[in-house]
Amino acid sequence: MDFSYTETQTMLRDTLARYLSDRYDHETRMKVSRSDAGWSAATWKAFADELGILGAPFTEAQGGLGGGALENMIVMEELGSRLVVEPYLSTVVIGGGVLRATGGAAADDLIGRIIGGEVVTAFAYAEPHGRYDWADLKTTAKKDGAGWVLNGHKAVVRDAPHATHLIVSARTGGGQRDRDGVSLFLVEKGARGVSTRDYPTVDGGRASEVYFENASLPADALLGAEGAALPVIERVIDEATVAICAEATGVMRQLHLQTMDYAKQRKQFGRAISDFQVLQHRMVDMFMEVEQSVSLTLMATLKLEESDAERMKAVSAAKSRVGKACRFVGQSAIQIHGGMGMTDELAVGHYFKRATMIENQFGSIDHHLARYERLSFDAAA
Amino acid sequence: MDLQFSPEDIAFRDEVRAFIADNYPAGLRGKGGREDLSKEDILSWHRILARKGWVAPAWPKEYGGTGWNAVQRYIFSEELARAETTPILPFGIAMVGPVIYTFGTPEQKAKFLPGILSGDDWWCQGYSEPGAGSDLASLRTRAERDGDHYIVNGQKTWTTLAQHADWGFFLVRTDPAAKPQEGISFLLIDMKSPGVTVRPIITLGGEHEVNEVWLENVRVPVENRIYEENKGWTCAKFLLAHERTGIAGVARSKRGVERLRDIAASEVDQGQPLIQNPFFKRKIAELEIDLTSLEYTELRSLASTAAGKGPGPESSLLKIKGSEIQQRITELALEAVGHYGAPYFRGFGGDNEHGIGPDYAQRAAPTYFNMRKTTIYGGSNEIQRNIIAKMVLGL
Ligand SMILES: Cc1cc2nc3c(=O)[nH]c(=O)nc-3n(C[C@H](O)[C@H](O)[C@H](O)COP(=O)(O)OP(=O)(O)OC[C@H]3O[C@@H](n4cnc5c(N)ncnc54)[C@H](O)[C@@H]3O)c2cc1C
Repeated sequence: MDFSYTETQTMLRDTLARYLSDRYDHETRMKVSRSDAGWSAATWKAFADELGILGAPFTEAQGGLGGGALENMIVMEELGSRLVVEPYLSTVVIGGGVLRATGGAAADDLIGRIIGGEVVTAFAYAEPHGRYDWADLKTTAKKDGAGWVLNGHKAVVRDAPHATHLIVSARTGGGQRDRDGVSLFLVEKGARGVSTRDYPTVDGGRASEVYFENASLPADALLGAEGAALPVIERVIDEATVAICAEATGVMRQLHLQTMDYAKQRKQFGRAISDFQVLQHRMVDMFMEVEQSVSLTLMATLKLEESDAERMKAVSAAKSRVGKACRFVGQSAIQIHGGMGMTDELAVGHYFKRATMIENQFGSIDHHLARYERLSFDAAA
Repeated sequence: MDLQFSPEDIAFRDEVRAFIADNYPAGLRGKGGREDLSKEDILSWHRILARKGWVAPAWPKEYGGTGWNAVQRYIFSEELARAETTPILPFGIAMVGPVIYTFGTPEQKAKFLPGILSGDDWWCQGYSEPGAGSDLASLRTRAERDGDHYIVNGQKTWTTLAQHADWGFFLVRTDPAAKPQEGISFLLIDMKSPGVTVRPIITLGGEHEVNEVWLENVRVPVENRIYEENKGWTCAKFLLAHERTGIAGVARSKRGVERLRDIAASEVDQGQPLIQNPFFKRKIAELEIDLTSLEYTELRSLASTAAGKGPGPESSLLKIKGSEIQQRITELALEAVGHYGAPYFRGFGGDNEHGIGPDYAQRAAPTYFNMRKTTIYGGSNEIQRNIIAKMVLGL
């Protein structure tokens, strides 16, 4: 048993933390988030060239730093603690994850361009009616000569406005909710028949509704085997889920720290409100929620390479717990700030909003509890 | 004891229901629960009720009340909530009005009550200050006597909808040497007076609902002071204890739960309506049971008020549970809408008419954020628990 980080991992964390503390303060983040573009291409370039973090989870042969899920976890936690809006999750964790899983020379080439900061991907996996059932797809891809024709509507595709490429799940066979018959495609954002409606999200990011109208794709747009993509999607979404758990630990640590700072400095009834025991206990509970979230996130990260069932159980354990923690820690932070917590001006409100969105991203608390139950009880029966 | 309404009560209910159906502006239907209503949105229904004589049911008849009993008032607020009418703002009707008819001079009553009833005067509440929130008595805004005027200097904050206000009722310090509660006076200030500056504070959901109010050498006629100098705390305490009907928001929450059930019936989960998901159904069931227990607690408290015992500190219970339930409804609504909780409705540039996702999803997150206020304002829930501990339980 060893829970220590290697020197390289510690260095990765420190370099990124230093960069963000120098160049990504809250004011900068708000400016970037509210700009027309909604992200900073210059920051993305710096992530690629100055910091090299876009290669964190890729092998050295691919041009990366030779890390994996732990490196993603480290990066995501730091990004969470600064509410970074740039698309590391969509591009490196998810785009990189899909390409790694599906493989091939074209995938390696794209991974190289992700590491270099030229390719940004967004993952179009969810549909308006489908909630958290990744197989429930109405989007279809039909064979057309050597290529494919894509039709459908993808919901709330995070980071699509910044993306060069979309990774799209679509049905190539089977019924609407069958496990078989799901395929993944790589689609250039500007391709004919692809249109988007872009918008901001409540937590400061950007997303799109993506529509495919007879979008014709070349044969090599298919990623992996035809009709057999669901296990890949499940695996990659599990990796992404753990990554946002890590992001959440960064977000929640900040919520806790900012709340303690505020409570120590805010005076009512002639003393700091941190003197009131009921608030002390609430801050202690916040602390315990954060620590338990960190523990389960680490556990789930380390179990990503185990059997599908073990992996899913671990990820759902982490996400359900982190989802609850996000709610409790976020709400407590606002409550203890009193009226100040309700303003758009203080950072704490923006951390609260991101924490709230993480709660349901890639599945609600209930969704993950149900998946855990299925794997833990039904499978044993 | 009887859980049923009498035939007279039912006739009354039908009369109210018919009036709302015939008179509520069509353009406002379905907008009652929103945080982004315009001044005109809010006032138009107020004016209709005022013309009917129904805008201030809790006031004594001589000042413009309806003369209804507690049950009728309860039915009336239920019917308003059921129809999701735009709310009647509390600052004039529920707050300053009763202070004026209880403590004011005949001249003050004649001057201010008609404008409150008609809606011609929009009121705001200037209590909280940057340094005085939960500890309101530590407020520092100063009013110094200068002949037949006070000169007022200081800063108020969180002043709800002050951007529209014609008048504000303010707590100000008139005797800095006295004990905190004893040196405060209750002043009515014309918001158009020179020296009054209102600056917006934008809240989490993007709304402009609250403001900072700066008072710089504002001259206020002494005749605008309610009750005696340095006795303003008496008015403030009266006001806190006075209008407790509706503090729990039961009727509005009932409608909120119905809406939640509608959302859960429209949303799909694993190929089935979400409302059939046993986990989600269980949570709605728990919420409904909590709401029912709150409702019967409020009815009991109403009955004892009707029996002549004034609403006591146990109304803190109604505030705590009522606000927790309001928040819970928004939590579950946000959960129910799934992915479509994320799009931010204010950012659709030029196309606000067509939001992203189903209509009911568009405000789920901003409303959830906004409703965090309910456990903070009106005496935070921590303060309410302190009140119960001390005043009810004697701890
Ligand atoms: C949306 C909104 C609208 C408002 N509208 C108005 C308005 O129109 N007019 C007006 O005058 N005011 C208004 N307020 C102000 C409101 O009344 C105050 O926010 C409230 O009194 C709390 O004060 P505070 O914000 O300064 O928080 P603080 O008093 O600083 O409280 C911070 C935290 O400390 C806790 N705390 C404080 N004292 C104790 C204690 N003794 N024991 C345990 N915990 C304690 C509080 O519960 C809270 O969690 C509004 C507030 C909001 C959010």
